[in-house]
Amino acid sequence: MKQNSTHRLLVLAAVSAGLLSACGQQAKPEQSALVEIDKDPYPSTYQPLPAQATLITNVTVLDGKGGRLDKGAVLFKDGKIVQVGQSIAAPEGATVIDGEGKWVTPGIIDVHSHLGVYPTPETKSHSDGNEMTNPVTAQVWAEHSIWPQDPGFRRALAGGVTALQILPGSANLVGGRSVTVKNLPDRTIQDMKFPGAPYGLKMACGENPKRVYGDKGGPATRMGNVAGYRQAWADAQDYQEKWEKYRREHKEGKNPTPPKRDLRLETLAGVLDGEILVHMHCYRADDMGTMLDLMKEFDYQIASFQHAVESYKIADRLAENNVCSAMWADWWGFKMEAYDGIRENIPMVHKANACAIVHSDSDLGIQRLNQEAAKALGDGQRAGIDISRAEAWQWLSANPAKSLGIYDQTGSLEPGKNADLVLWSSDPFSTYAQAERVYIDGGLAFDRQDPASWPVQDFELGQPGEGDVK
Amino acid sequence: MNKTAIAVLTGLLALSAQAENLAVVGGYVHTLSEQGSLENATVLIKEGRIQSVGQNLPVPSGYRVIDASGKIVTPGLIGAYTSLGLVEVGSSAGTVDASYKPRDYSPAGAALDVSYAINPDSTLLPVSRIEGFTLAATGMANTQTLFKGRGAVISLGDGDKLIKPGAFMTVSVDNHGADDMGGSRAALWPELENAVQEARSRKGKPLSAAEEWHGSLSKADVNALLAVVSGDMPLIMDARRLADIRQVLAFKARYPDIRVVLLKATEGWRIAAEIAEAGIPVILDPEPNLPYSFDQLGATLANAGRLSEAGVAVSIGVETHNLRLATQHAGNAVANGLPWQDGLAALTINNARLFGIDKEYGSLEAGKVADLVVWSGDPLEVMVAPEHVVIQGEEIVLESRQTKLRDRYLELDQDKPMSYVRP
Repeated sequence: MKQNSTHRLLVLAAVSAGLLSACGQQAKPEQSALVEIDKDPYPSTYQPLPAQATLITNVTVLDGKGGRLDKGAVLFKDGKIVQVGQSIAAPEGATVIDGEGKWVTPGIIDVHSHLGVYPTPETKSHSDGNEMTNPVTAQVWAEHSIWPQDPGFRRALAGGVTALQILPGSANLVGGRSVTVKNLPDRTIQDMKFPGAPYGLKMACGENPKRVYGDKGGPATRMGNVAGYRQAWADAQDYQEKWEKYRREHKEGKNPTPPKRDLRLETLAGVLDGEILVHMHCYRADDMGTMLDLMKEFDYQIASFQHAVESYKIADRLAENNVCSAMWADWWGFKMEAYDGIRENIPMVHKANACAIVHSDSDLGIQRLNQEAAKALGDGQRAGIDISRAEAWQWLSANPAKSLGIYDQTGSLEPGKNADLVLWSSDPFSTYAQAERVYIDGGLAFDRQDPASWPVQDFELGQPGEGDVK
Repeated sequence: MNKTAIAVLTGLLALSAQAENLAVVGGYVHTLSEQGSLENATVLIKEGRIQSVGQNLPVPSGYRVIDASGKIVTPGLIGAYTSLGLVEVGSSAGTVDASYKPRDYSPAGAALDVSYAINPDSTLLPVSRIEGFTLAATGMANTQTLFKGRGAVISLGDGDKLIKPGAFMTVSVDNHGADDMGGSRAALWPELENAVQEARSRKGKPLSAAEEWHGSLSKADVNALLAVVSGDMPLIMDARRLADIRQVLAFKARYPDIRVVLLKATEGWRIAAEIAEAGIPVILDPEPNLPYSFDQLGATLANAGRLSEAGVAVSIGVETHNLRLATQHAGNAVANGLPWQDGLAALTINNARLFGIDKEYGSLEAGKVADLVVWSGDPLEVMVAPEHVVIQGEEIVLESRQTKLRDRYLELDQDKPMSYVRP
């Protein structure tokens, strides 16, 4: 689309120049066409699976935004949710599934995955997640590293994951662009890109950048980290102004020369323009506190802190500043900035009315995010934080969708939204529950009862365990 | 340390004389013994040991009653393969006693002995025990040597920590092991064979300082291997692909005296019956189901269940900071085919047998050390947690550095800086 509109602009400019000279008016210096940057040069080619009108009845429904229906029903058709209610009549031709004893939830959305950029097998040749050549690599895009054949996608699907954000790693202050994808890998990465999802930008606080660059010219300290972000944003502001000046002068009828494109600053300026969402790896409360001021200094919004192991210490301020925390249930202690991890982090953030998200950052964790939420819920309840299962499911779909800018399309069971949903064999807050059926845009992407239908990635063909239970 | 000394350490020394007598009453008790699972049962604990287990047992006077009605009671859980007490913070935080760079004393790594390195004040111990873990096998993680040294079994209670030094020896015959031995199994296995042969040539007699020795191992390494070749100390062999597991089975056939244990055994399901036939137990983490490398292509969540079905004794609990997640690991193995009772055995009695401490630990039987947990429900369920943990007959306080952090920050609106808030 962007390509087309750019072409249209060029044509219009040529036509108007011709008209002017035909009228015999004094010839002005000819104005070059306005140079516009295509913001979507690798557009999504996603095609949903064939979808059958489906009604699931007699089932416990968690709508993903805090609501619950016992013995309810969900109807979806043509890829969209049609109705959620106590009792729904089956339309003609619809597949009807008796959900007795089962649960339906929106599909899980993982906001922190490195599937495809750090795929299995974990060979050096596959290690494409950290561009560790400079502390600020805003110019790199995770989607240009993703290997859609990563077997991890299919494992995550069996865990009920319907969409995920894939990020660059955390070696750099600014790691590069993330991308949100549907969990339906095909031949190229464009085939799985989530249509209409905004880009994200991965940034990182604390230990990782200073460890990676401490002996490579810096930053070597946390203060060096912050100086690095500030200079990057100052450069981006300068770049943003150059382009604004260019567009302003062009609009005034002048013939300015467009600024030279700088891919690094282009992405950073995209954040300042509010088009790209910042997802920042940050563990310590004090690091996050500094970032809250940094975002005010340069007038942008941080969508989420990732890992956010100490969010419980500043949950009130995260709520005030409208920043989500994407967290593990119980990871801790593998490095100093993770030493104060506690099991009640997620419910304590929730309790402070801040946005809480359960994330994985793991090709195993992503297969059981419902269990991560369950652990957090149980720990919170024991600490006296009263949260229902229905409310807790917000951590897995609505809040992730909001933080990724796709909540208008998915993340809850509401009429008109994408039919991204999971039929669980039992209460998904149990260890023993399994995703029985996983639908993406109404298409049956995973059916546990039908092994012959299970997707098998190229790498696994002809290898031990091909097509086995995974 | 000789066997007699170990026996003393594992026995009476470990128990506090002041332990109060306890009656755990009314729970659904999974004994992991021949008594099986008993509804509405009582466990009596006297002087640190289990006095009796049964239904309708009268509670003697002077016993403090722990009400377990509606709850589940199990033996204390045993971490199967950890580095507890050897590491506080893994990355960039100073000494990690679970790691070793090879030096002249022990080039083969066999002589390393973690029993000197256990830190009883490690914050990982309370974090693990308040989630039901009362014992753990602990050993080296990274050594770049053929063997990873002698591991120990430790208690997570307030009494003596060292339950059994020299409890196991580890060798990796997977990709990592091959990489440490020059990059090839063609070098790894002959080196291992040579080490075993040199140790066997001593016929149980340790090398003294003065003695001449023309073997290729250091004296310290040979002496450390004597207990392995005699079968007193289990040899844990980390193998993942089918071919490597077959090599382990062949090794066991060559040296039937060696008590071989398989670690990981990712593709073990492909020859589960043969592993069972050889009487080799398996320690595994049931969850990794991805082809992380070319020696783990057949990884599947069904591995634990398939091994167990074939008759293999499975142990679960391969973790350190998050050993507490082993209950979830076992639960997921159960969700994928492992019988529930086997899942519980994989956290208790199987591990006690594997490390040769089952006369004292691993089940709720009269005479055994009183390590016991009262759970709010099914311990393999992710929303369930311990309500009471008894270690060596003493009920511990369910408190850790993490619960203190939690309690400090439960209310954020404070008049003074947080360091003044003492929960």
